[in-house]
Amino acid sequence: MLSQDLNTILPEIILSLYAMGALLAGVYTVKDKAAPLLVWLTSGLFVVVAFWIGTTGEGATAAFSGMFNDDAYSRFAKVAILLAAAAVLIMSQEYMAKRDLLRFEYPLLITLAVVGMMVMVSAGDLMSLYMGLELQSLALYVVASLRRDSVKSTEAGLKYFVLGALSSGLLLYGASLTYGFAGTTSFAGIIEATDGGVSLGLLFGLVFLSAGFAFKVSAAPFHMWTPDVYEGSPTPVTAFFATAPKLAAMALFARVVHDAFGNSISDWQQIVAFLSVVSMFLGAIAAIGQKDIKRLMAYSSIAHMGFALMGLAAGTALGVEAMLVYMGIYVAMNIGTFAFILSMEKDGMPVTNIDALNMYSKREPVKALAMLVLLFSLAGVPPMLGFFGKFYVLQAAYDAGLAWLAVAGVVASVIGAFYYLRIVFFMYFGVEQEDARLDSGTSPILWGFLVASAAVMVLGVVNLFGIEPLAEAASIALVN
Amino acid sequence: MDNLLSITTFIPAIAAAILALFLRGDDEAAQRNAKWLAVAATVMTFIVSLFILAGFDAQDTGFQFVEDREWIMGLNYKMGVDGISILFVMLTTFLMPLVIASCWNVSTRVKEYMIAFLLLETLMLGVFMALDLVLFYLFFEAGLIPMFLIIGVWGGKNRIYASFKFFLYTFLGSVLMLVAMVAMFADAGTTDIPTLMNWTFGTETFSILGVQLIGGMQTLLWLAFFASFAVKMPMWPVHTWLPDAHVQAPTAGSVVLAAILLKMGGYGFLRFSLPMFPVGSAVMADLVLWMSAIAIVYTSLVALVQQDMKKLIAYSSVAHMGFVTMGIFTFNQQGLDGAIFQMLSHGFISGALFLCVGVIYDRMHTREIDAYGGLVNRMPAYALVFMFFTMANVGLPGTSGFVGEFLTLMAAFQVNTWVAAVATTGVIFSAAYALWLYRRVVMGDLIKESLKSITDMTPRERFIFAPLVVMTLLLGVYPSLVTDIIGPSVAALVDHVEAAQSAFAPTTPTAAASH
Repeated sequence: MLSQDLNTILPEIILSLYAMGALLAGVYTVKDKAAPLLVWLTSGLFVVVAFWIGTTGEGATAAFSGMFNDDAYSRFAKVAILLAAAAVLIMSQEYMAKRDLLRFEYPLLITLAVVGMMVMVSAGDLMSLYMGLELQSLALYVVASLRRDSVKSTEAGLKYFVLGALSSGLLLYGASLTYGFAGTTSFAGIIEATDGGVSLGLLFGLVFLSAGFAFKVSAAPFHMWTPDVYEGSPTPVTAFFATAPKLAAMALFARVVHDAFGNSISDWQQIVAFLSVVSMFLGAIAAIGQKDIKRLMAYSSIAHMGFALMGLAAGTALGVEAMLVYMGIYVAMNIGTFAFILSMEKDGMPVTNIDALNMYSKREPVKALAMLVLLFSLAGVPPMLGFFGKFYVLQAAYDAGLAWLAVAGVVASVIGAFYYLRIVFFMYFGVEQEDARLDSGTSPILWGFLVASAAVMVLGVVNLFGIEPLAEAASIALVN
Repeated sequence: MDNLLSITTFIPAIAAAILALFLRGDDEAAQRNAKWLAVAATVMTFIVSLFILAGFDAQDTGFQFVEDREWIMGLNYKMGVDGISILFVMLTTFLMPLVIASCWNVSTRVKEYMIAFLLLETLMLGVFMALDLVLFYLFFEAGLIPMFLIIGVWGGKNRIYASFKFFLYTFLGSVLMLVAMVAMFADAGTTDIPTLMNWTFGTETFSILGVQLIGGMQTLLWLAFFASFAVKMPMWPVHTWLPDAHVQAPTAGSVVLAAILLKMGGYGFLRFSLPMFPVGSAVMADLVLWMSAIAIVYTSLVALVQQDMKKLIAYSSVAHMGFVTMGIFTFNQQGLDGAIFQMLSHGFISGALFLCVGVIYDRMHTREIDAYGGLVNRMPAYALVFMFFTMANVGLPGTSGFVGEFLTLMAAFQVNTWVAAVATTGVIFSAAYALWLYRRVVMGDLIKESLKSITDMTPRERFIFAPLVVMTLLLGVYPSLVTDIIGPSVAALVDHVEAAQSAFAPTTPTAAASH
């Protein structure tokens, strides 16, 4: 039994062993000089593991008496997380090295965070859920304040830590209530206990759990940390925050509400729909006044989480499928967008204010065009992929009888379109300012990610790169 | 050739891709190459589209040249044309070479300009050919991107306000349509337009937020589509983005906007609102008729006081589109024929009028009416062309402008005499503002010092106007050229709408009154 169980979590074990081994090796031997090598090694390992999980995994296995699930759903999420993390790591190397931030711990902390996320999306028990969540969060608190001598970065890390601890507390409280009223921590046990309806105590547990998850996915009204942490953290870290952890938290949210509370959809549907509509509008409206592109992307991610939650709110297999497709597209868009933000420099210093982009299209037509595509994709304008993500969740929400939510969502997306257009306006219609000119040299890696991401957004219109049947299989594995 | 429609649609896009990927540099030679490639691509599109017209069987009221391929999410890539859409396709392919030729003098970012127009042509053609709801939406909505850039990058002084207004107005209208499409997909289980045209959506009256909704689901869906098409059309009172967009857009942008993009709204009514929601259309018909009548009179009056030539023509466009919506919502053969005819004719005439403004704008760099006067003395050929299109705009018999107005007014008279009476006064106003504009710009003595050295039209400009003059005259004296093609399809549509409405008529007095 044990060997089988260990076999199921082999990818996680390998990554953990690698992280610890590399950490020891780093401490005792070469230290930061090995950092670039470690970055490449780590992302290579991520890709290999992603490929391994994606191609060899099949069926559904539960390990450690249901604590840990390996099914199509978790595999889909894991592959996406690993690939996103690998991409962000590769993108960040040059930026970090230039600013003397490239410590050998960085790729290893990311590895540990990724292991945490992999445990999260596979969790079959409140205990393993919390374990995964905390492993991820602790690693992220550290990387948020990676730039020790910067007040903003330290502030970001501290803020993230304090609010993160609060949310973990809420989550734990919800978990303990759930345990108290259901008599078990395993999802399979909880769903049995709720067969004849949810008791008041369990409902409280559900609400607190949802609040904890809402914090992790940065859904309004639990979003306050997002803009500050996004702004304060070094940009590569922000890029990481915006991609893999969001996907993992969303996937975890879906797993808990379906695996543990799948019998009481109507109870959590209201909560999720509320989170969704508030996030969409807050993200759309609050971003309008932003001058810093990182803060703007923070609000943009809040709005996007609102849309993903719309799929989840449907409470159907189609809803989960829509959510997974949406998150996949969202991650792909954000990788490109952050590749662009990472390349914004003036005299070698990072620049994040939007008006530095004045008439950017004249000097860098290719990059500006790629960014244009990404921005319209973020805004959900066809034929970019972002539109299909939105169409998917709208369809799921409408089918589940949430027509009002769908209407609210599209109205919010029009408001949100304004601030994406504003960046286009700076890049294409602005007035050229000599002194605000950004450096023209770009690393080929960032350029490649930016252009590839934009190309994905345009070419995906042909068949969504075949992500659809995978997401469908994943959603059926979760909702049955 | 079973994918003739796709070939036609994507020739411009391929040319745009070639421009984007392979054309380097921004010197004179590169600019010239970009322009010539764009001309070649648009002319080729036109030639290919002639094959569609040649192979088109007007007596067949179904869709022809149909292509159907599986796409994603249960959607289909399905294209096809029928009597209603084919002429819009032809209008687009016919006008685009002229549009490209009209921006020969542009010298800033020429390559991007050409790419934007080529992509726009692909998207416009896609709108008229798409036979899948989401595919239609995709083309319909994507057209905003190049137009947004055309206004924003190459526009006038106030271009930023105009481009944002244009984008957000039309975007808001069409996202509601998107939700309606999702609802239709859920209800009918398909996004196939021909299937949906014969699908009966629920007409049970229900109340929403305490308001009784006659026609139920159909009316609701109709309203969602109306939000999109009314803005696109544009109908009074949501027309205000149009004058801003027109004034700020470069000449070629204005031509495309007036001649083709506005027609998408009318086409949408004919393709979606009428066949898919006949009951919803009947319920709301009176509202649309009155909105059209108000639009015709109100915008004509507004046009009278304009100082800016482009703004004047923009308001006149809104008025002319009023005839279109009025014709469509009479639900009879003359009305629909007239509406389509009016749209086609307006495509030529308003396009030509914007080009006329462009000709003198290129020379004097102002659109103020007061800056001109007495141009006939130095520009006789221009005066003649401008005269011709002014008269066509007024609706002089013998020009295509007359046929559409006459048919729609005749149809409206049968349905609602008052609406017809109000709309007819609009015809008088239109004569007033158009002739007055002409008098102020062209007639009189040439007293302004700056105009003393103005030159008449170049051969290139004459060459652009020639086909437009021919088409306007041809359609004016021989309208059955158009009505023969659209007639059978329109008749089938009218029968379908009538059958659906009479099945519902007993329960609503509104629907009965409109027959």
